[in-house]
Amino acid sequence: MPKTISEINERIKKGEAVVVTAEEIIDLKEEKGVKKIVEEVDVVTTATFGPMCSSGAYFNIGHTKPKIKIGGGRAYLNDVPVYTGIAAMDIYIGATALPDDDPRNKIHPGEFRYGGGHVIEDLVSGKDVRLVVSAYGTDCYPRRTLETLINIKDINEAVLLNPRNAYQNYNVAVNTSGKTIYTYMGLLHPNMANATYCSSGQLSPLLNDPLYKTIGIGTRIFLGGGIGYVYFWGTQHNPGVPRTDKGVPRCPAGTLAVCGDLKQMNREFLRGVSMYGYGVTLAVGIGVPIPILNEEILEYTLIRDEDIYAPVVDYSEAYPYGKGEVLGEVNYKDLKSGKIVVQGKEIKTSGLSSYAKAREIAGILKDWILKGKFLLTQPVAPFPGHESGYKFRPLVERR
Amino acid sequence: MARIRVVLDFPKWLVEQPVTCRLIRDYDLEVNILKAKVTPREEGRLVIEVSGKKKSLDKGMDYLKDIGIRVTPLAQDINFQEDRCTHCTYCVSLCPVGAFDVDRGIMEVTFDKEKCILCEQCVKICPYKAIRIQF
Ligand code: SF4
Ligand code: SF4
Repeated sequence: MPKTISEINERIKKGEAVVVTAEEIIDLKEEKGVKKIVEEVDVVTTATFGPMCSSGAYFNIGHTKPKIKIGGGRAYLNDVPVYTGIAAMDIYIGATALPDDDPRNKIHPGEFRYGGGHVIEDLVSGKDVRLVVSAYGTDCYPRRTLETLINIKDINEAVLLNPRNAYQNYNVAVNTSGKTIYTYMGLLHPNMANATYCSSGQLSPLLNDPLYKTIGIGTRIFLGGGIGYVYFWGTQHNPGVPRTDKGVPRCPAGTLAVCGDLKQMNREFLRGVSMYGYGVTLAVGIGVPIPILNEEILEYTLIRDEDIYAPVVDYSEAYPYGKGEVLGEVNYKDLKSGKIVVQGKEIKTSGLSSYAKAREIAGILKDWILKGKFLLTQPVAPFPGHESGYKFRPLVERR
Repeated sequence: MARIRVVLDFPKWLVEQPVTCRLIRDYDLEVNILKAKVTPREEGRLVIEVSGKKKSLDKGMDYLKDIGIRVTPLAQDINFQEDRCTHCTYCVSLCPVGAFDVDRGIMEVTFDKEKCILCEQCVKICPYKAIRIQF
């Protein structure tokens, strides 16, 4: 019999809900069979943890005396430039921002030791961060400069606001050229000597709800160790890609835009990332609960690593020049085993996202729900689906 | 028989000295060079594995110190900070000697200091700066 979200929430409040992780549900199916689990299980928890460049946070710093207008001026947090094109005391820091004097790739490959992602990690860790402002001064905001330490516990709002996270599937990166390359998918040795991947596979949120039947605008989630929300579909959301007969995309597809109170989060699940020769970013931990409303939704959550395929893409040529060529398809079971075979060649693999952290998050979210601390939500509006015609388009340059 | 791994830091004036030959010839030790590097300031760094009788080993190391080489046991040099490691497994396939291992069932990474030859590859590439070399 189909369930509703409010019925599930009633059971959560009474401490009666049955919650399992997306990994546990696979074993449960072997034990009990689909018919039985759809009646018994209320929620399946999914999760991911990995570098997600389209991330950042905004803050309201509080007014100084006399007042200063950061808006339209320049500001830095630990030497990392922040976006000031909003109101007087609001600033936004992006995960990939670098200090003005960082040498970047001038001496290639650059180290990228500290940037926006690290500032966010320092803030959630409770460390003081140095704010330096230069403003132009107005009659109502006369002050021109400010240099002070700030701490997350003293400022007004601190909100994580990420326009694109939790990619539904991702490329496997290799390098077919003759020289080492440094990419956002890590260091890739020449002649396909290694491959990197970045998805939590069978635990990944959007791979457990491939057609966006339960995840939508307004969905309450685990974000960075606290509670967050899906506020929109993510940028580059691309639902119309080729899919398996079970609806699972065979390449990067849907994405989530998420936000949440940074003050509740912690550094276990929000970490500054330095990609050698590439840049800085933020690793984000996300957990999404899937309400088991009917058998169809349950079937999607039974997905296993061996049923999820990812395209192998050459990051020396096909990716940078947008050629769209794929060298082959591999599944996540093989990727996680440490080696794959592409065009007859055995290649060592390593991850960039952490499956171990994803497991931990799925476990924590399960625990929150079991303890009645986390209730499920009905989306306010759905995402554009696979048949909507909604597409991720390239830029057409014109003059 | 004893076996140790040490980091030898040479001042500029000793870089050309055939110290490994002397360890082998005069102290009857077996020497295996794991890594050699000369810095831009022309100081040298050699990571070696030495084995032989315990007594000869001690004497050999004393000889190195006497001529002005800084000798540090290798084990103290690399530091895997477990609280920073996210178990992403990225370093695992990039380490040339397989010093990192993954429990494939739970995808957790462990580090075996004994195997490390201090090539510093993982120190550079770990996105979370979980591995540090301490001097
Ligand atoms: S690359 Fe760093 S974070 Fe990832 S498994 Fe290795 S040591 Fe841990
Ligand atoms: S320094 Fe790192 S990559 Fe190099 S041998 Fe040691 S553990 Fe392996």
